[in-house]
Amino acid sequence: MTVLQIAALAAVALLGGGVVAASDPLRQTLMLSIYGLALTMMFFVFQAPDVALSEIVVSTVGLPVMILLALRKVRQQERERREEDP
Amino acid sequence: MSRTTRLALFGVAAVGLGAVLVIGLAGLPAFGDYRGVYGHVLDGIGVTERHATDLVTALNFDIRGFDTLGEEFILFASVLGVVLILRQLRDEHQHPNQEEVDEHKFVGASEALRALSLVLIPVLLALGVYIVVHGQITPGGGFQGGVILATGPLAVFLAGRYLRMRIVAPQVVVEIGDAIGAIGYGLVGLGGLVFVGVFFKNFLPLGIPGHLLSAGQIDVASTAVGLEVSGAFLVAWSEFLDQTILVRSRGES
Repeated sequence: MTVLQIAALAAVALLGGGVVAASDPLRQTLMLSIYGLALTMMFFVFQAPDVALSEIVVSTVGLPVMILLALRKVRQQERERREEDP
Repeated sequence: MSRTTRLALFGVAAVGLGAVLVIGLAGLPAFGDYRGVYGHVLDGIGVTERHATDLVTALNFDIRGFDTLGEEFILFASVLGVVLILRQLRDEHQHPNQEEVDEHKFVGASEALRALSLVLIPVLLALGVYIVVHGQITPGGGFQGGVILATGPLAVFLAGRYLRMRIVAPQVVVEIGDAIGAIGYGLVGLGGLVFVGVFFKNFLPLGIPGHLLSAGQIDVASTAVGLEVSGAFLVAWSEFLDQTILVRSRGES
């Protein structure tokens, strides 16, 4: 195992914990994206560039867009409900 | 269930899980020690028999092309699910954000973000096409390239123009692209059945390894998947965007 591989594994472990520890959903989404980047680096240093490409497109664009839009919708509905019965 | 009982249950389960983990980890092969047979076989035939220099793509779109057919329809079906769940409900109505209508802009997009998005759009599209069509030569392929292609229209939204994004990538066109991609991949498999007699067996000329038009069906299959994936992601994203930007439930103006 090379130094790069150990560093990538450590980054994945740390950031994975970070995703769980983030309490605010918005921050958690950003952490998830950064965690995805760490996973991408890990796949890359373990010589799996195809998987790294899949991971980067899904974790930095595909998933966060949907989560962020869902969060926005939830907040809209919460605001509506508060306006209806204050 | 009381707290003590739950803790006791957890204790028993944790000890069991720990024991299984230790036994399992002890039996693992050493780091980097590959004991499979399939990988070595593929290593030998990828370039010589399929003329593809990227083995992963050769595996996805040729050797195990049938598995990819299943995966492709998983994506297709899940996007259909998203469309079904997020479609307009009876008490909802489309109501574009007033500012969006007046100025064609999504509130909150700064000038810097808009300029950057405009630069990014052609770059993203070029990169997407490159990754889709070079699947058999370099890492990448239909799925990765397809998502990158879908981010092009998404950058139009980032530039602050959601309604403009609907003009760049109209819902009907995106849906048809999604469907054509899905059908196209199935047709590649049927082509094998018709011309060579085996489902998903290569029936196109193999060409010279490393050339753009090489490796037979892989390029065609990769392009079909690219179309399907970019269509699928755009359909899903626009459903989500419709929900957050256009659709309001009754009562909210």
